[in-house]
Amino acid sequence: MAKEAQQQVSYTVEELVAVNPYNPDILADLENYVNEQVSSQKYSLDANLCLLRLYQCEPERMSPPIVARILIKALMAMPAQDFSLCLFLIPEQVQSEEQFKTLIVLSHYLETARFRLFWDEVAKNRSLLESVPGFQQAIEAYAVHVLSLTYQKVPRAVLAEAINKEGLALDQFLEYHVANSGWAIEKSQGHSQLIVLPPNEFNHPELKKNASDSVSYEHVTRIFPVLS
Amino acid sequence: MAAYDADSSAGGDLAYDPNFVPDSVKTFVVHLYRQIRDKNVYEIHQMYEGSFNRLTDRMFRESPWPTAEAVAPYVDGDHVFCLLYREMWFRHVYARLTPTPKQRVESWDNYCSLFGVVLHGVVNMQLPNQWLWDMVDEFVYQFQSYCQYRAKLKNKTEEELQLLRNFDQAWNVYGVLNYLQALVEKSNIIQILEREKEGLEQFTVDNGYDYQGGSNVLKMLGYYSMIGLLRVHCLLGDYRTGLKYMAPIDLSQQGVYTNVIGSHISTIYHYGFANLMLRRYGDAIREFNKMLLYILKYKQYHQKSPQYDQILKKNEQMYALLAVCLSLCPQQKLVDENVSTQLKEKYNDKMTKMQRYDDEASTVYDELFSYGCPKFITPSAPVLDEPLTNYNQEAYRLQLKMFLFEVKQQQLLAGIRSFLKIYSTITVTKLAQFMDVDEATLRTILMTYKHKMHSTDNDGKIVSNADIDFYVDDDTVHVVEAKPTKRFGDYFLRQILKFEEMISELEKVQLD
Repeated sequence: MAKEAQQQVSYTVEELVAVNPYNPDILADLENYVNEQVSSQKYSLDANLCLLRLYQCEPERMSPPIVARILIKALMAMPAQDFSLCLFLIPEQVQSEEQFKTLIVLSHYLETARFRLFWDEVAKNRSLLESVPGFQQAIEAYAVHVLSLTYQKVPRAVLAEAINKEGLALDQFLEYHVANSGWAIEKSQGHSQLIVLPPNEFNHPELKKNASDSVSYEHVTRIFPVLS
Repeated sequence: MAAYDADSSAGGDLAYDPNFVPDSVKTFVVHLYRQIRDKNVYEIHQMYEGSFNRLTDRMFRESPWPTAEAVAPYVDGDHVFCLLYREMWFRHVYARLTPTPKQRVESWDNYCSLFGVVLHGVVNMQLPNQWLWDMVDEFVYQFQSYCQYRAKLKNKTEEELQLLRNFDQAWNVYGVLNYLQALVEKSNIIQILEREKEGLEQFTVDNGYDYQGGSNVLKMLGYYSMIGLLRVHCLLGDYRTGLKYMAPIDLSQQGVYTNVIGSHISTIYHYGFANLMLRRYGDAIREFNKMLLYILKYKQYHQKSPQYDQILKKNEQMYALLAVCLSLCPQQKLVDENVSTQLKEKYNDKMTKMQRYDDEASTVYDELFSYGCPKFITPSAPVLDEPLTNYNQEAYRLQLKMFLFEVKQQQLLAGIRSFLKIYSTITVTKLAQFMDVDEATLRTILMTYKHKMHSTDNDGKIVSNADIDFYVDDDTVHVVEAKPTKRFGDYFLRQILKFEEMISELEKVQLD
């Protein structure tokens, strides 16, 4: 009986967001869902936007801790723009509260690739961020993503600053990615390490497919009657 | 419906008598009623667009039309006709006069009744798409207007405040969104569009009309409600969800949405704006460009239309937004020559200023964004205790602030661009010197450029919007020459279909 009820709740939330999102009665379910996302390291932008919209319509029911959690999860979704999408729905007075100002500053540092400043600020706000498991790894993944867009070969120091790792921790990180992600390590002219990132269309322009000239299947079907 | 107070009528020499029905109006409603009963869509359209506006210009420039109660006897008291008539009645008041608070609430009631009837599936009329689009468009417009109205509390009389207290359900945001969504769902429009892709439906070919004796009303209201939902979500600042509602419509093709110019413009304007806020500058530029080119070519045909002013206004707004997009993402090749010429005429100076990225630039971005953006709304109900303030600008201020913040973050990218245009390779050290920053800062600027110029699409894929690209090898920046992209596939497809059409036309010609 209890198990049935539990299944019903998680099945209902995603469904409700899709089918009946403009319904103030689902607010509590959506708030629970945020907490579930945090504890089980899941993420649903649509459900969170739905909740923020409900808060927009009924500001008295807004819960700052829940909003903070939504924003942290959004930060972890970078490079996707989820953080600003959420901010568009949060009134200015709310955004000027301390914890939200901090999160906005963190987002600003990440958006402008100021990783050193970012990690320094994180260190000053451990309690806020440690409540969301997976935060560290998510930001590391974003840092690696931006580096992969930019660099074919990145100096060790730049990588170290981006992912906030040094010495042994950094070596272990490198070992893992050399084994699993196609990274390689070279020696640069100054005898320091150069990390060779796997080629993609952004750091190796010759790999860029001229995608704009591909024709979708649906469009081709329009001329089938002509060809026959 | 209560009789109107004398003070609710506009001025003028003759006092407005809501129950007086001039002969021309009698003829008009009798005719319109008959055409609707006989399902003569063409005639209905002529009367709706033509006669109604001519009569308005002649007799009702400054006063409302006769009430629905007054005309009811001439149309057999038909309930649905009266709802439709009332909808036009209120639309006229909004367009030519100023609605009283009471009228705003009554219009909401009328929409509830009208949509209620349609959703029950008992309507079997065929109405012109123009009319059905106007209904949805007006519904969203009146909602927007009401939100603006009730957010200006400072100078409200006690009577007005009391009305707001008593009728707190009127134009309630949940109600508005739920009606739009209900129309989308009940009409099955999403499934119809899906099935059309497999050739199982003729929706687009028939322009939404039903040639089997059925009704197009629910279907088309459902279709237009998708655009309505896009618009409402833009007004609330939820761009992503707004765009999701448009997913069933393929905007790269003509469709039913392009057949009524109002719906075409509204769709592209909001779609483009949402993409701008989502940093998908390439998509925004492409769509604005297409729309502006279309308006350039065809606006002369709409000069007599009552929507002409609206068309021109949206045209100007889109030029402003296009100027903004191109300053953030200089992709000149995406813009047609003719549109480009117009753009230069209007905004050449301002675009130069915006691309300089200093404080003056910020002012220009502010100006153009404020001109081009939609009228954002605060959806929550007003707090009616003292002190009463005006908060109708809050939503707009938030969106503007977020936009300018984004612009600021991209401030240093213009500098990078100018150097990357000149060099094919340059060391990090040298580039940092030229830009007057230290090396570490330069590296962050390079990464910021990459991050900002690559957006994530709905499926999480990374898409490049970059006009100039580069990669870094240790301490050297290698600039990538941009290859001009030629869209052959699309071009050939269009020409094949065009020629096929021409050939079949020619084959029909019989030589006597």
